[in-house]
Amino acid sequence: MPIYYYIVLAIVLFCIGIVGVLVRRNAIIVFMCIELMLNAVNLLMVAFSKMHHLKNAAINASAGSDGQLFVFFIMVVAAAEVSVGLAIIVMLFRNTHSVDINFLNRLKH
Amino acid sequence: MGVTAILFWILSSLALLSAIMIVVSKNPVHSVLWLILVFFAISGHYLLLNAQFLAIVNIIVYAGAIMVLFLYVLMLIDLKKIVDPQRSLWIKLVGVATGCCLLLVLIAALSKADQTTALTQTIGGNIGLVENLGKILFSEYLVPFEISSILFLSAMVGAVVIGKK
Amino acid sequence: MKEFLLVILVAPFVGFLINGLFRNVLSKKIIAFNACGQILISFLFSLVVFSTILESGGAIFEYYNFIKVGSFQIPFALQIDQLSSIFLLIITGVGFLIHVYSASYMKEESSAHFGRYFSYLNLFIFFMLLLVLGANFVIMFIGWEGVGLCSYLLIGYWFKNTEYNYAARKAFVMNRIGDLGFLIAIFWLIAKLDTTSFSIIFSNESLAKLSTLDITAITLLLFVGATGKSAQIPLYTWLPDAMAGPTPVSALIHAATMVTAGVYLVARCNVLYSLAPITQTIIVCIGLATAILAATIALKQNDIKKILAYSTVSQLGFMFFALGLGAYTAAVFHVITHAFFKALLFLGSGSVIHAMGGEQDIRKMGGLSKKLKITYWTFFIGCLAIAGIPPFSGFFSKDAILVSAFAKSPALYFMVLLGALLTAFYMFRLLFITFSGSFRGTKEQQQHLHESPAVMTLPLIILAILSLVAGVIGIPDVLLNGGDKLSEFLSPIIFVNNEHQLSHSTEYLLMGLSTILIIGVIVVAWVLFKKYKTTETVGIGKFFENKWYVDELYNKTIVNSINKLAKICNDIIEKSGIDAVVNGVGRLVHYGSRQLRLLQSGQVGNYILVMVLCMVLVFSFQFIFKK
Repeated sequence: MPIYYYIVLAIVLFCIGIVGVLVRRNAIIVFMCIELMLNAVNLLMVAFSKMHHLKNAAINASAGSDGQLFVFFIMVVAAAEVSVGLAIIVMLFRNTHSVDINFLNRLKH
Repeated sequence: MGVTAILFWILSSLALLSAIMIVVSKNPVHSVLWLILVFFAISGHYLLLNAQFLAIVNIIVYAGAIMVLFLYVLMLIDLKKIVDPQRSLWIKLVGVATGCCLLLVLIAALSKADQTTALTQTIGGNIGLVENLGKILFSEYLVPFEISSILFLSAMVGAVVIGKK
Repeated sequence: MKEFLLVILVAPFVGFLINGLFRNVLSKKIIAFNACGQILISFLFSLVVFSTILESGGAIFEYYNFIKVGSFQIPFALQIDQLSSIFLLIITGVGFLIHVYSASYMKEESSAHFGRYFSYLNLFIFFMLLLVLGANFVIMFIGWEGVGLCSYLLIGYWFKNTEYNYAARKAFVMNRIGDLGFLIAIFWLIAKLDTTSFSIIFSNESLAKLSTLDITAITLLLFVGATGKSAQIPLYTWLPDAMAGPTPVSALIHAATMVTAGVYLVARCNVLYSLAPITQTIIVCIGLATAILAATIALKQNDIKKILAYSTVSQLGFMFFALGLGAYTAAVFHVITHAFFKALLFLGSGSVIHAMGGEQDIRKMGGLSKKLKITYWTFFIGCLAIAGIPPFSGFFSKDAILVSAFAKSPALYFMVLLGALLTAFYMFRLLFITFSGSFRGTKEQQQHLHESPAVMTLPLIILAILSLVAGVIGIPDVLLNGGDKLSEFLSPIIFVNNEHQLSHSTEYLLMGLSTILIIGVIVVAWVLFKKYKTTETVGIGKFFENKWYVDELYNKTIVNSINKLAKICNDIIEKSGIDAVVNGVGRLVHYGSRQLRLLQSGQVGNYILVMVLCMVLVFSFQFIFKK
C-alpha cells in the first residue's frame, strides 16, 4: 500500500479527534478523543516503520523496528496518562457532581 | 485490487466511521464502545502491516485495560443524574470548521511532500514479530523500558493518591 | 595672536565657572577678585591685541570645525580687526571698571548671590566678546543669544520680585522676536552663498551672486535682529523695564555694551547695507523716530534709571540714524563715547541710589551736590558729554552724526538737532532736580546721605576722564587736520564716503549753531528746575509721562491677541486635540485590556480551540510561504 493512504487515514483520524475535543464538554469523551489522536499517530508510526523496513531491509535486517518500539512506549505512557486522568475525572465528579470541563476553569484565578 | 487493499479499505472505513460515532454519540457508554471498535480496526491495520506484537498489545492494553477503566469510571459516575453538557451550536460549528481547516492544511501540505508514493510493506516483513522486537527492546531499549516501569509505578501511586482524596 | 584671542575669550568664562560653581564656598573678596581679575586679564590682552592691530591690521583665526554638513561647514573662527578691536577694548575696559564698581555696590548681597551676580557678569563678558570676535554669523549668533540670556538672568537677578521677573521675561521675548529676523537672515545667506563667514560674504564675487532683493531682505532681517537687541522701534519697550536689574548691570549691559551689538552688527555688514538703499532709508526713519520718541518720554520720567534708559534708547536711535545715513564711522564713534558717558551716568545714578538707600525717584532727591561731591561732578561731566558741549567727547560724536545728516538733507539735520536738544534738556533736568535745590526726601535718608566708597568713585572718575577726552580720536578735519583718527583706523573695514564734503564754513556754522542751542536749552532747564517742586503733569506732558501709551498699545493689540490665540490653542488644540489623543491612548489600552481580559476565561476548551487555530495558522503559513 502506498504510504500516502496511511498518512491521510491518520490525519483524518487525528482531525476527528481534535473536533471531538473541541465540540464536546464531557470530560470523559474529551479524554477518549485524545486517545483516538494518540492511536492515529501510532498507526502512522507503524506504517512508517514498515515503509522504512521495506526500503532498507537489505542493509539492515531490523530497520524500522525502532518505530514499532516507540509505539510500544507511547502505549505505556498513554496507559499511565489514562490512569491518572481518569482518577482526576473521578475526583472532579465527586466534588462537583459533573464531568463538564467548563467547571475546570480554575486557570482563570 | 488485491485482498490486502480490500482489507485496508474495509478497516479504514470502519475506523473512520467509528471515530465519527465517538464524537457524535450522545451516550458516553456508546462512545466507549465505538472507541473500542476503532481500536480493533487499528489493530487490524497493525496485523495487515504484519506488526503482530503491537496488534496484540493494542488490544490488550487499549481495548482491554484502558477501555475497561473508562467503563468503570462511567459506572462510578451516575450518568442518569447528570445532564450531558452540550456546547452551543456556534461553538460546535467553529470547532468543526477549525478541525476541517486543519485537515485541509495538513492534506495540502502532504500534497507537496516528496516520497508520498513510497510503499509500505504489508503482510511480509518480520520486524513486527515478538521475537525481533523483544531482542531490540531488551538490548538497545533496556534503560527506557526500565524507566517506563518507574513511570507506571508513579502513575499508579498518583492515581491512588488522587482517587483517595 | 591666535592664543591671545583665546585668552581674552576664555578668561571671563573661567571666571564664570569658578564663581558659578563655587559661589557657596568662596568668600566675597575672592569672588570679586576672581571676577575683576579675569576681566583685567582680558583687558590687558585686548590692549596687546589692539597694538598689534595698529601695526599689522586684522586677521582671521580658525580653531576647529564647528559644524560640518556635507560641503557646507562653519568653522569656529575668530576675527580680529579694527572694528572688533575697538569693541574689544570698550567691553573689557568699561566691563572691568563696572566689575570693580559692582564689587562695592553689591556688597550687601549674601555671598552665594554675590557669586551668582559675578558669574553672570563674567558670562556676559564672555558672550559679548564672542559676539564681536566671531568671524562668521553663526559664532556671532551664539554670542548674540548668550548676551540675551545673561541680560535676562541679570534683569531678573532679584528673582523674588515678580515685577522684575516680568521685566526679564519681556526683555527675553522681545529679543527673541528680533533674533528670529537675525536667524532667518543667516539661513538666507546660507541658502544663497553656502557660507556664513564675513570675509567670504563681503567679498565682491559673493556680493555679485546676490540679487538686490536678496540684499534688501537680508539687511532688513538683520536690522530686525538689531532692533531687538538695540531697543529700536518697535522693540524698544524692554529696555526701560530692564532697569529692574542692578544698576551696574544697566550700565554695562543696557547702556555700554550689549545694546550696541545691533550697531556693531550693522557696522560689520556695512558692505551689505551700502548696497541696500531701501533698508538704509528704513533705518534712518526708525533711528530718528526712536531718538525723538524716547527723548520725549525721557522728558517726563521721574525714575532716575528710567530717564537714563530712555536716554540710551534715544542715543541708540542716533547711532542707527547715522548707520542709515551710511556714516558708519560716526555711529561707531558714538558707540565709543556713549559707552563712556552712559556708563558714567549709570554708575553715577547707582552712586546716588546707593546714597539714598535704594530710592530711585528724583522727586524725592534734590540738593545732593553738597553731600556727593565726586558723584555730582562726574555726573555733571557725563551730562555735558551726552548733551554735546565742546570739548567733551559727546560733542564730537554727535557732531559727526549731525554733519552727515546735514550732508544728506537739512530737514534731517534739524530733526536730529531737535533730538539732541531734547537730550540736553532732559539730562540737565535730571541733573538739576537731583543735585540742586533742597533735599525732598525723608529725614532718615538725609542722615544716611554719604559719598560712595573709593572703589565706586574711582571708576566714576576714570570714566569721567574718558568722557572728557575720548573725543580726541575723532576730531573732525575742520578743527584739526588729520584729527579724525577713527575714520582712518576703521578705513579697512568701513568704506569712507567723501562725496558729501561740506565746506568748512558750513561745518563751523553747524557746530556753532548746535552748541549755542544746546547751551540755551541747558539754561532753560536750569531756570525751570533749579528749584524743583512736585507738580501734577497735564496735557502732552502726561502723554509723555505714560510713554506715549506704547506699552498699553502693545498690550491691547499684540499681547492680548497672542494671549487669546494661546487660550484657543490651550482649549482646542491642547485639551481636545493633544490631550484627547494622549488620554485616548490610555483609554483605548484600558478598554482593550478589559476586553482582552475576557479571553482568559479559564475554559480549557477555549484554550484548545485557540491552540488549534494557531496550529492551522502556522501550518498554512509554512505551506504558503515555504517555497
